[in-house]
Amino acid sequence: MTTGAAIQLDHVSKVYRRYSGRQFATLKSAILQRSLLRELRPHEVLQALQDVSFSVPRGSTFGVVGRNGSGKSTALKLVAGITKPTTGAVTVDGRVSALIELGAGFHPEISGRENVFINGIMLGLSRKEIEDRFDAIVDFAEMGEFIEAPVKTYSSGMYMRLGFAVAIHVDPDVLLVDEVLAVGDEGFTHKCYDKFAEFKRRGKTILLVTHSLGLVERFCDEAVWLDHGRNTGQGDPKRVIDEYRTDVEKEEAVFLATSDAEAQQAAEQPAVSTDRPMDAGAATSDMSQAGEGRWGSGGAEIHHVRIVDAQGEPSQVFHSGEPAIIQFDVHAAHPIDDFVFGIGIFSADGVCVYGTNTLIEAYAAKRLEGRAAVEFRIQAVDLVEGTYKFDVAVHRRDGAPYDYHRLLYTFRVKSPIKDVGLYRPAHRWTFTGVEWEPKR
Amino acid sequence: MSGNPMWSNLQQLPRYRGLIQTLVARELKARYRGSVLGFVWSFINPLMLLIVYSVIFTTILPNPSEETRPYPLFFFCGLLPWTWFNASLTEAAGSLIAGGNLIRKVLFPAEVLPIVTVFSNLVHFLLGLPILIIFLLAYRHYPSPLHLLWFPVIVLVQLVFTIGLSLALAALTVHFRDIRDILANLLQLWFFATPIIYSWRQPGVIYDHHRLMQMNPMMDLAVGYQEVFFFRDAFGAWKGILAVAALAVVVFLVGYWLFDRLRDSFAEVV
Repeated sequence: MTTGAAIQLDHVSKVYRRYSGRQFATLKSAILQRSLLRELRPHEVLQALQDVSFSVPRGSTFGVVGRNGSGKSTALKLVAGITKPTTGAVTVDGRVSALIELGAGFHPEISGRENVFINGIMLGLSRKEIEDRFDAIVDFAEMGEFIEAPVKTYSSGMYMRLGFAVAIHVDPDVLLVDEVLAVGDEGFTHKCYDKFAEFKRRGKTILLVTHSLGLVERFCDEAVWLDHGRNTGQGDPKRVIDEYRTDVEKEEAVFLATSDAEAQQAAEQPAVSTDRPMDAGAATSDMSQAGEGRWGSGGAEIHHVRIVDAQGEPSQVFHSGEPAIIQFDVHAAHPIDDFVFGIGIFSADGVCVYGTNTLIEAYAAKRLEGRAAVEFRIQAVDLVEGTYKFDVAVHRRDGAPYDYHRLLYTFRVKSPIKDVGLYRPAHRWTFTGVEWEPKR
Repeated sequence: MSGNPMWSNLQQLPRYRGLIQTLVARELKARYRGSVLGFVWSFINPLMLLIVYSVIFTTILPNPSEETRPYPLFFFCGLLPWTWFNASLTEAAGSLIAGGNLIRKVLFPAEVLPIVTVFSNLVHFLLGLPILIIFLLAYRHYPSPLHLLWFPVIVLVQLVFTIGLSLALAALTVHFRDIRDILANLLQLWFFATPIIYSWRQPGVIYDHHRLMQMNPMMDLAVGYQEVFFFRDAFGAWKGILAVAALAVVVFLVGYWLFDRLRDSFAEVV
């Protein structure tokens, strides 16, 4: 064993073979078509991990982050010994307990008590060891007298808690955790964290696979970021997570851009057509309820709507408090003197966060002809984290639209602070006579 | 993991004793949980089967051979071990699929699952013995104590043979699920090819002529049980049983080897 590494992955690759149609392909057909050997050969391979190396020092807490399908769980299964690497080597030093599937192997018909014993034995404990720990397990899981009832009568929370309690009381040298902390109410979750902290104090090694980046920042000494089965970054958890977050934001921006483009494309056709009723009253009352889309008489047209950051770069992800600028071009084929530009910002569930237009703000329209450009600068996006959509419109003073773009544009606000509501006023706390622990 | 690691895996097997024991106990407890009669079903089930076959072969299609009198007793000697064999293989074939959660999510010695099915059915077999004893007493048909000494030997041979087949079937069924259906039909055929409802010494039975039928290892075991409990003349089945014992060891090793070769694929395919 090298330099006190508890877990070592050495150029590990894992290929899953997918057999096309093998679900239904049968021995009979395989024999009849003399294709037994061909059937056994994979039609498609899935490279779950590709030349991944990392080592986890004994006594450290190590986080694995990455998107869905990036190979995190495969890595965990390899460490747990459930599957074998296709190439490379995985070495683990010490007794492993994997919190992968809690309560796997619980039999629904028999009591929690009996299941604890069976589960414990499956996880490698002796009968005596389980007897010694039984009360602690039941206490930890908060089972009370339910422990004598058949497991099938348990709520899913009880089931998970009991599974967690057994697995954690195996007292492993290496604990593997896969996204299982959402097993209970607030109180139980805290107890789990405390248990992890205790493991850490006692010098046990923990490998934590999770989407909860805050957890990694809080607990881990080191982290690795897997992307498409490759080791993309490793080291200080703060740095790794920042890189990962940046990458996720980039991807989100691309995703938002494409889904917006689709919505706009879908709205393109009725844009210039004038078969919509031009009745102003109907149009305005519609607007508050209407779904995404585009309509209007076409007397002026809005093009090239984008939202950019302070540097003028198109962006769709903003951090709370950053500036954001909505820009669009307007084209009026014939001169018009009755025009109003409007902007509306909506939360994902359709609540109007803010709406304004040039009429409300007392701009008196004089003349619009040919090409024009409009910019709406938001000094600071003081919104809480979430996805928002916005409208842009040019219409007459009486509300009859020339071109109305309804909920066609999306941007996302990110924030390290998980406050609630919609609007975050710029604010500061001041205290006198209060003491605080240093911030984590 | 292939080739020689099989031996080191095989050496691990005794260490799973506790696990196998616990899981067998769980199977037995869970099986009748919720039923009113509970464990009594372990007695009733073979008894019912016995009554059905006895009625058929004593009144509807009477067995002509004097040798098989009293027929219920004769039939029961072969039926009990056959039920053990039949149920073990049927359940073992689906055992890895049923236990998929364990194999995919927990580090778990997969061979334990088919072995557990064989042992839990062994327990049912042993629970059927008191009924056999009651029948023996009722018919005042007392087997020779010397023959009874062969009983544990035959059980052991059948155990090893059944485990070997179960391991192979369990592993193959993961890849070819149709084995379960093929198996059901094959076992039906096998049942009638084994002298259970008729005696192998019965005139007109084709064993003397048909080599293939003579190669049926279950025949030697069934005849063994019948000679232990039913037939009163000298114990002639011992040669066959020793041959099947040798075969059982080979079947076990081949079955385990096959299982071990396919082991790594279970977590991915199940």
